[in-house]
Amino acid sequence: MDENSQVSRVASAYAAIREQAKKSRAELLKEVVPRIHVGLATCGIASGALETKQAFEETLFQRGVEARIHTMGCIGHCYAEPVVIISNPGFPPIFYQNVTPGKAKMLVRSFLEKGDPLFEHLLGATEENEMIPQVWDFPRFSQEKRIVMEKCGIVDPENVDDYIAGGGYQALAKALDMDRDAIVEWITSAGLRGRGGAGFPTGLKWDLAKKASGSSKTIICNADEGDPGAYMDRTILESNPHQVIEGIAICAYAVGAAEAIVYVRAEYPLAVKMVTEAIVQAKKRGFLGKEILGSSLDLEIDIFQGSGAFVCGEETALIRSIEGHRGMPEHRPPFPVEKGLGGKPTVINNVKTLASIPPIVEHGPDWYRKIGTEKSPGTAIFSVVGDVLHAGLVEIPMGVPLRSLIFDICGGVPNKKAFKAVQIGGPSGGCLPADFLDTPIDFDSLISAGAMMGSGGMVVMDEDACMVDVARYFLEFTQNESCGKCTFCRIGTQHLLNILERITKGEGREGDLEQLESLSRDIKAGSLCGLGKTAPNPVLTSLKYFRDEYEAHIHEKRCPAGMCRSLTAFYIDLEKCARGCDACVGCCPVEAIFTTKNRKKGVDQTLCVKCGECVQACPPEYNAVVRVSPPELAPIIERAE
Amino acid sequence: MLLIMNGFEKDNLLEQEEAMLKEISEEITRFGCERKNLIPILQMVQGRHAYLDAKVVEMVADYLDLAVCEVYGVATFYNQFRFHPPGKHHIKVCLGTACHVRGGSIILENFERKLEIKDGETTPDREFSIERVACVGCCALAPVAVVGEDVHGKVAPSKVEGLILGFQIEKEKRAREEGQKDG
Repeated sequence: MDENSQVSRVASAYAAIREQAKKSRAELLKEVVPRIHVGLATCGIASGALETKQAFEETLFQRGVEARIHTMGCIGHCYAEPVVIISNPGFPPIFYQNVTPGKAKMLVRSFLEKGDPLFEHLLGATEENEMIPQVWDFPRFSQEKRIVMEKCGIVDPENVDDYIAGGGYQALAKALDMDRDAIVEWITSAGLRGRGGAGFPTGLKWDLAKKASGSSKTIICNADEGDPGAYMDRTILESNPHQVIEGIAICAYAVGAAEAIVYVRAEYPLAVKMVTEAIVQAKKRGFLGKEILGSSLDLEIDIFQGSGAFVCGEETALIRSIEGHRGMPEHRPPFPVEKGLGGKPTVINNVKTLASIPPIVEHGPDWYRKIGTEKSPGTAIFSVVGDVLHAGLVEIPMGVPLRSLIFDICGGVPNKKAFKAVQIGGPSGGCLPADFLDTPIDFDSLISAGAMMGSGGMVVMDEDACMVDVARYFLEFTQNESCGKCTFCRIGTQHLLNILERITKGEGREGDLEQLESLSRDIKAGSLCGLGKTAPNPVLTSLKYFRDEYEAHIHEKRCPAGMCRSLTAFYIDLEKCARGCDACVGCCPVEAIFTTKNRKKGVDQTLCVKCGECVQACPPEYNAVVRVSPPELAPIIERAE
Repeated sequence: MLLIMNGFEKDNLLEQEEAMLKEISEEITRFGCERKNLIPILQMVQGRHAYLDAKVVEMVADYLDLAVCEVYGVATFYNQFRFHPPGKHHIKVCLGTACHVRGGSIILENFERKLEIKDGETTPDREFSIERVACVGCCALAPVAVVGEDVHGKVAPSKVEGLILGFQIEKEKRAREEGQKDG
């Protein structure tokens, strides 16, 4: 009886809030005017979205056109930034890409004033219609399956009512009506695995925390995204923070916690701002604070700004850093679910894991199980960047082969270059060659290929990338970020780095490769935390799949890709160089380009810093700049007297 | 004349430092004396004054009843904290994976060459400083450089020159205007 009365209380409390939110949305949408949605997440701003927004405002004012400008988060199509979606009455909402201030002016004058949607500039419509092709028909849109990022770029992150009106916090209301054991049971049977990288079953973690003794438990949302190439956590927090907050609240109810901390990198100021604001707004609507929706759940969320240490992605190190110490990992067990922050049981979940919770609670575990593969249900988010046409964030069901992700969804490698390798999982992951393109993407098959899911960073490399240099780059990163606790990680990575640096400079020796391998094995065995255990992965995978490149560096002092600057040289082919053309001279940052006696150009090898600007500057009809390795292959060209 | 200027500037800097210390000693009391507030306090100080002065570190250690070396131990562990004042235009060159593959180190080198300082240093006139960062999270725009608050995507060596030239022109313009005012 008592249980039942609480059921109706939560549901009716939520219904009232939702009604109110819908009303305030309807109030906002009442006027029939064109609406311009501008994506204003960090990546959009970096591509000039603020200038675009200003151009819209000015032109609307100058021309006396009535329209409303809405800001939204990021929809993950980074290649298309700044992204603008215009809903003009009489037209379906239209998605425009690369909207510069000039294009913005044009859109106001042609589309808003004269009703010409400028077909040459649009990408597609976001609703079904008979006039304009839909974006959902493009592979970049149709092959995605959005669960975590469903509302990113669609809701206004600064307006909680927008989220509520679209059904937000409904899952929390539903969860509060359920038994706590039942929620943990649902998460377990949904098979959700932690999206932070290791893939630990979330249900099991919650179950352990629920059973842990102690009255005050803490939830930590790990948004300390340290992988230099992944930015989905930032995007989710900037574009739809409420879904994460809802996930935290459900988790808090399930395990019996009253406190939560969002641990977000201080380098993400916009994400910090959005989450702070979202917490205030959620509290105002009664989704945080005391007796949430009339239930027994009390929850306060704080923000802790991480100061930038890659190792703090490790649970125990993260806890140390919140406690005001150096972020150094500790022995496990005891695991944080038993003895975490301040010695109390602590659940640490990644942003993506927590954002997956509301959809699972809403649709049930069976629905979630149907997405993805048997052992890795659900979706994965990748930041596909590097040499790929449609870079950005992609959310796909687990089990999709790498080939469809890179070539179908992201458009493949640009500039007619050949695909060479894909680096998955950042500094902990590995480089996979073209042979692995048909590998399905899930936790286990990536690990058996030598890479790992990691944080979901995926860097595509074309034929111009040198695998030795990429391995050196990652080692430089992990060496720098090693906390110094374990000897093998602290000193071993330094040795690995020294050897790799030597090889990329053409000073490699016999036996280097064997030493790299044995050192890597020792570092893996002798390190306490994930950083050290996985640090040699980039070296080991590149050695396994691209051994010939290492050998070319060592034996022939040659970089096959022409990336390692000590082993390459640029020269100008006098047959192709156009007499009197000065295109390369102006672009050279060190004035290394001189004129020969027949008024063609030459490169002074002693001055050249090998930046490759002249290759870009040389007009394509001449294409006279040549890159060679080893550098001795460059002919000697004489200056004019 | 030059000596007098220097003397004046020195006084000015000392004054600024005293004001900073006073302000921080007031602000710091918003935080409790527990160890867990150490990093938030350091973040507050750097947020206001862009770097951690040696005197401030001592003050923080005193407030939290910690050894000075302990505070340094924590502050130097994290990438966020700086111990020297940055330039007026602080340049962060991203060397994340995507930026590296697309030539981020060439961009860093160009800044270093143009400004004649190394990564982590400030120009003598305190106009520019350079810092390499791991990832600013705009990988699709690689290579990326952040100048002050502005993110610049798809940076090429020629764009580096343009950026610096822009600031120099601005500075000269400012100097001219001030000169006119004085005249």
